Amino acid sequence: MLILECPCCGVTGEETEFAGGGEAHLKRFGPGSSDDEFHTYLFAKENPKGVHFERWRHANGCGKWFLAARNTMTLEVYGTYSAQTYEPPQDIKDKISAKVPGWSWREFS
Amino acid sequence: MSTRLATGGRLVNKARAMEFTFNGKRLRGFEGDTLASALLANDQMLVGRSFKYHRPRGIVASGAEEPNALVNMGREETFEPNQRATTTELFDGLRATSQNHFPSLEFDVGAINSKLARFLPAGFYYKMFIHPRPLWKHVYEPFIRKSAGLGKAPRDRDQDKYEHLYAFYDVVVIGGGIAGLLAAKAAGEAGVKVLLMEQTAHWGGRALVDTGTVNQMPVDKFVDETVSTLADMPNVTMRLRMMGAGVYDHGYLLGYERVSDHSPSKNTPRHRLWRIRAKQIVTATGAIERPLSFAGNDIPGVMLASAVRDYVANYGVSIGDRTVVVTNNDDAYQTAIAMKNAGLDVPLIVDARANGGGALAQEARDMGIRVENGKGISKVKGGKRVTGVAICSQAGEGMPLEEVACDVVAMSGGWSPVVHLWSHCGGKLIWDEAQAMFRPDPEKAPTGAQGEGFVSVAGSANGAMDLADIVSDAVSAGRAAAKETGGKPKTTKAPEASSPKMAAMEPIWLMPQGANIKLRSKSWLDYQNDVKVSDVQLAAREGFESVEHAKRYTTLGMATDQGKLSNINGLAILSDALNQPIPQTGTTTFRPPYTPISMAAIAGEARGPIFQPLRRTPMHDWHEENGAYWEPVGQWRRPYCFRKTPGEDIETAVKREINQTRSSLGLLDASTLGKLIVKGPDAGKFLDMLYTNMMSTLKPGRCRYGLMCNENGFLTDDGVVARIDEDTFLCHTTTGGADSIHAHMEDWLQCEWWDWKVYVANVTEQYAQVAVVGPNARKTLEKLTKDDLSAEAIPFMAWQDIQFGDINARVYRISFSGELSYEIAVPASQGRAFWDQLLEAGAEFGVMPYGTEALHVMRAEKGFIMIGDETDGTVIPQDLGLDWAISKKKEDYLGKRAQTRSHMSDSNRWKLVGLETVDGSVLPDGAYCTAEGTNENGQRNVQGRVTSTYYSPTLDRGIAMGLIKHGPDRMGEVLEFPKTDGTVIKAKIVNPVFYDSEGEKQNV
Repeated sequence: MLILECPCCGVTGEETEFAGGGEAHLKRFGPGSSDDEFHTYLFAKENPKGVHFERWRHANGCGKWFLAARNTMTLEVYGTYSAQTYEPPQDIKDKISAKVPGWSWREFS
Repeated sequence: MSTRLATGGRLVNKARAMEFTFNGKRLRGFEGDTLASALLANDQMLVGRSFKYHRPRGIVASGAEEPNALVNMGREETFEPNQRATTTELFDGLRATSQNHFPSLEFDVGAINSKLARFLPAGFYYKMFIHPRPLWKHVYEPFIRKSAGLGKAPRDRDQDKYEHLYAFYDVVVIGGGIAGLLAAKAAGEAGVKVLLMEQTAHWGGRALVDTGTVNQMPVDKFVDETVSTLADMPNVTMRLRMMGAGVYDHGYLLGYERVSDHSPSKNTPRHRLWRIRAKQIVTATGAIERPLSFAGNDIPGVMLASAVRDYVANYGVSIGDRTVVVTNNDDAYQTAIAMKNAGLDVPLIVDARANGGGALAQEARDMGIRVENGKGISKVKGGKRVTGVAICSQAGEGMPLEEVACDVVAMSGGWSPVVHLWSHCGGKLIWDEAQAMFRPDPEKAPTGAQGEGFVSVAGSANGAMDLADIVSDAVSAGRAAAKETGGKPKTTKAPEASSPKMAAMEPIWLMPQGANIKLRSKSWLDYQNDVKVSDVQLAAREGFESVEHAKRYTTLGMATDQGKLSNINGLAILSDALNQPIPQTGTTTFRPPYTPISMAAIAGEARGPIFQPLRRTPMHDWHEENGAYWEPVGQWRRPYCFRKTPGEDIETAVKREINQTRSSLGLLDASTLGKLIVKGPDAGKFLDMLYTNMMSTLKPGRCRYGLMCNENGFLTDDGVVARIDEDTFLCHTTTGGADSIHAHMEDWLQCEWWDWKVYVANVTEQYAQVAVVGPNARKTLEKLTKDDLSAEAIPFMAWQDIQFGDINARVYRISFSGELSYEIAVPASQGRAFWDQLLEAGAEFGVMPYGTEALHVMRAEKGFIMIGDETDGTVIPQDLGLDWAISKKKEDYLGKRAQTRSHMSDSNRWKLVGLETVDGSVLPDGAYCTAEGTNENGQRNVQGRVTSTYYSPTLDRGIAMGLIKHGPDRMGEVLEFPKTDGTVIKAKIVNPVFYDSEGEKQNV
């Protein structure tokens, strides 16, 4: 029962108010992509023990999607941020670096 | 025998007697008794039979850790199995019965298993029942299921009330012993909001039974004083009979309050589940005494030393006249002293430590009690009751030195801190060598949202065993927790406590240390699941070396008590067998709840009609009043059909509805269909991505049927899209899909194409929608409006705004039945009025409201697919012959890439066809079509399956649709569909459109 803050409406709510949506920062592959690219896009998801970036929707609230940076081991939430972005904001990356030096996740570190 | 003493009993009110029954026998106890103490006061030592060997078992403990005394409580609608007698408060009229025996508690035929114990070791089931394979299903499993399990499931519906309560606190202290009280006081004095809970009915915990003083006061007086101070603090909430059940992520905590178990009443909830968010949690959960492992340690009369002391001090109940105490620590000496003080005989204290005890041992000796150091119990004598013990040297192999007659054995193997709540959310433990216990590692607390530790521990739960240490530990834990949440803790000195100085304990995992196999096979570790020292050793020998494996192989700690008494002893035996230190073996995982909580408390108020909120269409009440036979559809309830008279059978009603609709006029409440408005300059482009066909080319005023797939290519929803104006579309979804498709659209708009200018609004409940269906549909509607409803004005697959009197409606010429049909949306508030007008206007045509079954049959007659029947998450539109609805021109749509993957474009995929039974009967739903040969599992090969099947009143025969390998290429072929009764139905492959394949009837 995590507690998350919705960056769109500012409400801090508990997990039952939100719906998880899997990995964040996915790059979509459509027609014209190779079998490998498409397979990776659809099925090869990160499942780390530690720093992770996820999609969440404030389903029983404002309805907006947002992204969350959190730690799957310590349950610490480093921050939530807009879904309309291609990479985690610098201040959240800095916060993670302070807690987990040398972290990396896909192309981010 | 066990009996009530003339004096003593701190918790019982002897002025108030209470009647209760055990196995039908009328017995008497006092207010303040637990069921266990009241049973013992009536010499009812034997309370149950063990799980596997059906050995006679008596009460062992005095609290939540009790493994044996599980009873059935109440009867009929209040019946509940597996209730612990030690935590059940006595009330007038209580009824309890023992469980797990046949035919009676005193004489049980299952006890034969005990004689066969040699042949029933750990892993017996796995080894015995694996061969021959077929016997498992038909012989072994039914037999094991019948003989397994404790207690019986209740048959009647629970009549009691239960509730949930949400609460938010700065600091929650779990445990109302002296440590919990002081931690709560320290936190409360710092000004933060505090909740203090205690699972029993009394404050003070064990300290009251033990020897010691605080601030030069007797402990009970100090506790009373502290409780009244806390009660006066407005920022502190105190709850008795409330257990901390589980600690979860980010300070979420479940409190299980047994509100009225002790005085059943119709006016109060029975249990209340507190769903708490705590900034800081202090677990002051105390410690549990460990049994010692010696032969016969499960014979009724062998109890924990602390429990023997509790029954005398708290309830004035003596377990027997002659108590032998056996221990590896000083604490148990207090029991011997308490017995002696109560006027009972203690013939011997057996101290396994070669050097014996300290001050308390001296005190016992001074009282004239014989103490033998370096000795152990070789064997307990007796069957249904202890009659004596054989004493041996602890260092030896169990050669008896002498026998001592006694009727009670009070054992103590040291204390284990209750670390469950600390561990639930990831708190780690360290092994304390000196005290031979696992205790919380303060460096590795469970962490919260900011990465901060949010659980701390106070008192003996933290491994502090000396009263002075407990007091100072509790005060500093309470202060630290308060400070963490912004409080200002006092800096005054903590109360001063003193208690007898204890000599060091000595770990004794087996008694005597060289016990032979005969003795080890009678040395119980887990009483509830019948696991002995020899079983754990066998598991280790057979390679189950991980503690989690050994647990599952032997079932050690898997019973309802979750190994509260057995775990540490068991893993010590395992470590010894593996020749490795205990911390290397580690513990099994602690999982919530701490002790079992009622299922009803978990459900709370969410039962019956409020289990799930019911969505109602504006016409719901009319349906209810007019014979609706309901069918749940998502959170809605839709009429499956309407019964004209209460006695009309369902099939007749469905047939009547279809015939009347096809021949004259039917009405369908279609309000539950999803209605999503998609609006914006990029709306057309967006819908082109969502639907497989082209939506951007749709003209305003027109409708188009569309299919939606997910990125995996599978068909997920379908419906008619109407273009309202250049920028606006109204998308109909299935009833169940309204919310999920809305979410799906938002997902893509917010997370992928966030620069596209599109808004989506779910207006499903803003409109009531009625399908007016049948050859007389137009004539009926024309009575209600002056507007033009002709085929020229509103052709098939067009829509228009129409005024029906004062009702503004939007009329869609779409048909899911194959008949002339208008689907009319009106504002929800006018839905019922419009429905009533239609009934009146249609009366001359014999208007017939119809339900979902008629809808299904009519669409199947037309070969229309239904999401959820023809699709199951593995079906792509191409499987259903819907290629006409898949755009070839579009570069991209969701699912397009996936549909080109090799398996998706495989020509061997099963494809949709119609199926017509040769004898006209109805195929069973989901039936498989068999093919020649068998697969690698020896099962018959299949080549397709039935997806929809109905009796068609229109054709007066069974019709079906199915997915068949190469189906469309095999028209006319007759296939075989075996039924579950072994017979076979033959069906011919036909075109799935059974009725009006030219579409003449709908396009008029």
